[in-house]
Amino acid sequence: MTASVVVTGLGVASPNGLGVKDYWSATLGGKNGIGRITRFDPSSYPARLAGEIPGFVAEDHLPSRILPQTDRVTRLALVATDWALKDAGADPAQMSEFDMGVITASAAGGFEFGQGELQSLWGRGSQYVSAYQSFAWFYAVNSGQISIRNGMKGPAGVVVSEGAGGLDAVAHARRQIRKGTSLIVTGAVDASICPWGWVAQLSTGKLSTSDEPARAYLPFDRDCRGYVPGEGGAILITEDADAARARGARSYGEIAGHGSTMDPRPGSGREPGLRKAIELALADAGADPGDIDVVFADGAGDPEPDRTEAEAITAVFGARAVPVTVPKTMTGRLYSGAAPLDLAAAFLAIRDGVIPPTVHVDPCPDHLLDLVLDQPRPAPVRSALVLARGSGGFNSAMVVRAAR
Amino acid sequence: MTRRRVVITGIEVIAPGGIGKEKFWNLLSEGRTATRGITFFDPTPFRSRVAAEIDFDPYAHGLTAQEVRRLDRTAQFAVVASRGAVADSGIELGGIDPHRIGVTVGSAVGATMSLDEEYRAVSDGGRLDLVDHTYAVPHLYNHMVPSSFASEVAWAVGAEGPSTVVSTGCTSGLDSVGYAVELVREGSADVVIAGSSDAPISPITMACFDAIKATTPRHDDPQSASRPFDGTRNGFVLGEGTAFFVLEELESARMRGAHIYAEIAGYATRSNAYHMTGLRPDGLEMSEAIDTALGEARMNPETIDYINAHGSGTKQNDRHETAAFKRSLGDHAYRTPVSSIKSMVGHSLGAIGSIEIAASALAMEYDLVPPTANLTTSDPECDLDYVPVIAREQLVDAVLTVGSGFGGFQSAMVLASPERNLL
Repeated sequence: MTASVVVTGLGVASPNGLGVKDYWSATLGGKNGIGRITRFDPSSYPARLAGEIPGFVAEDHLPSRILPQTDRVTRLALVATDWALKDAGADPAQMSEFDMGVITASAAGGFEFGQGELQSLWGRGSQYVSAYQSFAWFYAVNSGQISIRNGMKGPAGVVVSEGAGGLDAVAHARRQIRKGTSLIVTGAVDASICPWGWVAQLSTGKLSTSDEPARAYLPFDRDCRGYVPGEGGAILITEDADAARARGARSYGEIAGHGSTMDPRPGSGREPGLRKAIELALADAGADPGDIDVVFADGAGDPEPDRTEAEAITAVFGARAVPVTVPKTMTGRLYSGAAPLDLAAAFLAIRDGVIPPTVHVDPCPDHLLDLVLDQPRPAPVRSALVLARGSGGFNSAMVVRAAR
Repeated sequence: MTRRRVVITGIEVIAPGGIGKEKFWNLLSEGRTATRGITFFDPTPFRSRVAAEIDFDPYAHGLTAQEVRRLDRTAQFAVVASRGAVADSGIELGGIDPHRIGVTVGSAVGATMSLDEEYRAVSDGGRLDLVDHTYAVPHLYNHMVPSSFASEVAWAVGAEGPSTVVSTGCTSGLDSVGYAVELVREGSADVVIAGSSDAPISPITMACFDAIKATTPRHDDPQSASRPFDGTRNGFVLGEGTAFFVLEELESARMRGAHIYAEIAGYATRSNAYHMTGLRPDGLEMSEAIDTALGEARMNPETIDYINAHGSGTKQNDRHETAAFKRSLGDHAYRTPVSSIKSMVGHSLGAIGSIEIAASALAMEYDLVPPTANLTTSDPECDLDYVPVIAREQLVDAVLTVGSGFGGFQSAMVLASPERNLL
């Protein structure tokens, strides 16, 4: 019933590195993936910086027939899945097809594809809308395409809880493995850096309008000023620990605990739900706060949510009692892709005994956090807590730990 | 430790043909159809010009002016129906720790109507590549990310437990409820307000289904346009709507003396790993989902009294699921009534799975199998008992309901009386 679920493969598509190796060395080196938008001319918009993934050429990785029917978000997800399976040493062709499933998160689906087809519809006429519009933009597209490319017929799923969805998807994958499926491809990739997606994101009023890549997204900083959106995320191969061991797979560690909550309705005066989500995740993992060696914070980058998060962490762990880091200061916020990328970083931190840094931040002294600033901090890491929040009140927390 | 069991104690439906589960059930039991020529926009340029539209006045259902302005029609449906389900269940949510109350909302295409409309404005009718943010509504982001629906439902009912949107295309309505069942079983929540909602009848949706000829071009007689399992079927009729449920753990529902519609006894979803829109005729993966759901319910296939089919009315779907039913139920498939309510309320994409769960639970409640309307011409590939045209009175203690959708997803759910004998 409560079989251990381990991660055996990682596939990363991040603004500061493609692939686990590049991402991890960039992250430990403090390399910033945030820059001025190149994929369209951002001059006319009040926000002009994003975390774009440079140098991704889909044609180098995917068959040409896939390209016309896929948004960038799906191409990135398919390639990240290929890398993750390779990393796990798992060959789907050699495994039982109903024993492998795909459960991903999405925040906005293939939004850029959607812009193209809306433009065809309204600019040219309904007969110009692509046959692929019926599925290329919708939120289920990555799970569907990953299952088809890899012949995976087991449990499928797609969860949408904005920035918290990536953890909810991994938790749902763990649930399905506990019900008997050996391997689930999970995680999330999001990408909506197109004018239509940009205008929708601008409507939140939360995007940083700074033009300085190193001063634009500053969670927990005294000068925090909103966030920079990015594209990408991570795909994780999760497996039943016994099944992974039986096939001789190496494990990065275990998905040990998860908790999720919804904030009270705005104006209620009740406490936000993040602290409760952390407590639930710790309890689910059978862990005490003292067992956690590092917290990967959500890092909203606005005063109020930063305060809320710092207070939740402090309430559970005590003041400056646990190292806290926000490596997404180097990537921007990747929506549902952010938390799976932080999970990848957490497993790599466990592997290498080093906590990746938070860059660019001059911390606001009101937050009683031990932020790991500027340089990686060598430290034995056995257990890590990853936090993720989604616009609209979603809170999710996940505990991962070294394989037993 | 015995497994926690999950039951439906509250239901609300907003579907074409009438608002509320009573009007919905009247439509189904009388075999009337709610499909019509599209009125929401001028359908002249489109190949398919029929849909199952709802005459819905959000103000009449308690939404405020600000909610109407902020919420896409999909979210409006969801908020109204989730409140209705809570009222129907008689549960006092205020007496429960809000962290123990979860929310799951299924939706295939999110706020498509609003996105279509808002895109038109910011792009000046498709003329601008660099769309103009100064014409964007302030809540445009909530339309971009349909997770906003789960927030709205949670805030409407006062839930602070695990909340999410489940978006698996046309099986979202089953998968959302299935996800909720798992939350209750594992103990992450004691109550989940679960359901799904879609309001996709907009030009972009019609255009994309036109492009793959998935929707029917039968405009001459809109009321008979949705023809599942009929030999002359030629595509589905797009619909809209929502259904929401209160799901509770069985023992606590009994303790408070709740009316129990049905236990959600088993659920599974599988992928065909074949094609984003195409189906192999053998029904293998749907059959696998059915077998798994029956196994989870600890029931023999022979105990199923009624199959609520996906029955979209496309050539490939109806053949595909007929094969799946035979594969899973064997000879019993031929003895079991099968029907598609899409013949009456159309195909509301991510919502229909929940609407079909509601129909299944109400079939158990009233011991009546809803018919397949418009089924007048036989098809040799569809040779089961599809309950043509007229509803059938019979005991209904256990129902299998299935869904099939883009992405290749196949889902199955078993509803049964909690008093049944377990294997």
